[in-house]
Amino acid sequence: MSEIAKTAVAPKKYIDFKDVVVNDNIVISLEEAGQTTDAIKKAEKVSKIITTTLTYIFILALVALVIFPFYWMIITSLKQNTEIQASTQTFFPTIVMWSNYVHVFQVFDFGRYMWNTIVVAFFSTLGTLITTIFAAFAFARLKFKGREGVFMIFLTTMMIPGEMMVISNFITVASFRWIGEGQTLLQAYLAMVVPFLTSVFYIYLLRQNFKQIPNELYLAAKVDGKSDWSFLWRVMVPLAAPTLISITILKFMGTWNSYVWPNLVTNSPDYRLISNGLRGSAFVDVDSGQTEYGYQMAATVLVTVPLFLLFIFFRKYIMRGVGRAGIKG
Amino acid sequence: MEEISSSIKKGKPVAVEELSASSMFLDERPVYDEGYDQESKTVVRLVSPKASNKPYRVRGIDDVAARNNWKGWLYLAPVIILVAVFLIYPLVNTIFIAFTANYQYATGTFDGLTLRNFGYILGLVSKSADNPGAMEVYFVRYAIPNTFIIVIVTVPISTFLALIISVALNSIKWFQKTLQTLFFLPYVTNAIAVGMVFSVIFDDKGIINYIFGLNMNWIQNATQYVAMIPLCIYIVWSSIPFKILIFLSGLQGIDKQYYQAAQIDSCSKAKVLWKITVPLLSPQILYILITSFMGAFKEYTAVVGLFNGPGTSGKGDPNMETIVYYIYENLNSNTSAAAAAAVFLFVIILVFTALQFWASKKRVHY
Repeated sequence: MSEIAKTAVAPKKYIDFKDVVVNDNIVISLEEAGQTTDAIKKAEKVSKIITTTLTYIFILALVALVIFPFYWMIITSLKQNTEIQASTQTFFPTIVMWSNYVHVFQVFDFGRYMWNTIVVAFFSTLGTLITTIFAAFAFARLKFKGREGVFMIFLTTMMIPGEMMVISNFITVASFRWIGEGQTLLQAYLAMVVPFLTSVFYIYLLRQNFKQIPNELYLAAKVDGKSDWSFLWRVMVPLAAPTLISITILKFMGTWNSYVWPNLVTNSPDYRLISNGLRGSAFVDVDSGQTEYGYQMAATVLVTVPLFLLFIFFRKYIMRGVGRAGIKG
Repeated sequence: MEEISSSIKKGKPVAVEELSASSMFLDERPVYDEGYDQESKTVVRLVSPKASNKPYRVRGIDDVAARNNWKGWLYLAPVIILVAVFLIYPLVNTIFIAFTANYQYATGTFDGLTLRNFGYILGLVSKSADNPGAMEVYFVRYAIPNTFIIVIVTVPISTFLALIISVALNSIKWFQKTLQTLFFLPYVTNAIAVGMVFSVIFDDKGIINYIFGLNMNWIQNATQYVAMIPLCIYIVWSSIPFKILIFLSGLQGIDKQYYQAAQIDSCSKAKVLWKITVPLLSPQILYILITSFMGAFKEYTAVVGLFNGPGTSGKGDPNMETIVYYIYENLNSNTSAAAAAAVFLFVIILVFTALQFWASKKRVHY
């Protein structure tokens, strides 16, 4: 019995793919289709190098296509309008027009839109974090009748396109008298923040995260006489910090990119957010009245750069959050 | 003690629980008659004295939580209020409005229920019986075809490209992370801003016409189908990063053994891709297809970014309108028609999603 077991696990011996000299008279040479093993190995190596090179060329070509719009945006933002409209396109500005960036502030009220966006993003993110943490805690940790039913309803709502809600939400917000004639800045902010104070998707995301926190921690906290409330804030929230950071950044990015809703619920262009300002501003030269693509592109650079900075600093959180949540905003 | 043991044997309802640390130190536990049963080595309790004829399992954590019914609802309250007001009510209300005649959003009044709105957006009947001239032509002429072109063109192209790029990225060693990050860049951009960049690139005096020696109107004053080209290119460009992210994480989860086995059997690269990678990646592919079909049906901001309006020549002829664009255009002035269009879109998306789940039953390996 033990003999069989031994042979079964005994290490097998492989012959290396080389000419094996058995003794002076016999040389075993492993060949395939008339080629020596060395030749086959060499051919394999060459084909591997070729494949790798082709893969890199393919990837780099596509990267160039992906990056090109950004390059063109920056280049165009530094060109004179005559050069942009010229029949011969240049891949680098002949005269670098930094002044485009100065002029753009005359036609595009960047500061105001930036401020509006930050205020709306701050409050809707704060609200979302609080409501999401509470709901995820209830779904992940507390037990009560109807929990699964409510959670199922929540999951189902994720399948419904948001456009279905926009019409009625518009009516609801109008009935709160937040929009319409004589709208104040506060009312505009309320109309832009309140409907976005929670997100079913982030509740789902955070609940999954909370569920991974072991029961033992909860029991230990109970033994120490901690309440659910202090357990939530002292233990669960710090442990789920990476997910919360992801939610914060994605929510902020969502506000930065939101266009439809702010456009619908604000009366004055002064109350709108950065995307609305960008599309709503007429980038004409103050003197000549012509559309200045240089100004326009300078403005798009101003809108894009904050997002890139955010991405550089929080790449890990953004990519992980997007990978799990799979939605913007 | 003996009483309890005998009650087990008699089949009387008792609660049995393993003796564990968790159940010993919980505060505020209700008082039960309990004892330690030597035979089964468990703590045996008679159930709550009031309802001792019902079996009741006592477990450490449920024990506390089960009596916290109100607490769970309290934690959920803010979300339930928000979801009810801004998610569930609107859903029901939108469907309702779609069946009302002449809904006025400011006052909430309407003239009875009707199916006319659906006929109206489909160009079959006029807005109301006493106004036979008010026909809708743009929804059928532009919104529906444009939306379907976007869906049919961009979803397969972007999914296929993303799959190929992901496989290529997964096979390389150097700069993999850097290149992956570069491919992700279009995701972290403002859709309006980059749409404007694309409109400059495709300008009649822009770089595309210059490189290819063309003199085409892609954006301004372009015809409907020509203008679809830059629009679809832009949508593919902006939708690829998310797909690569999902595919790459899926690829990295595939067991290397499959590929080693294929290598031993000297399978071709194409065979490896279609026989190993794609089947093993099928859950991710299904997820991507469902989400991108939904996304493509709802396209709106790309049109605004690229054309600054519903059409290639200002507001006059909305030849680039999509279904969602139609909804937003009519939200104020013709709320019933907008709601009908929203329900129309909702039904299409539901049907498409159901079809994909049905088709995936045979092909997706979970």
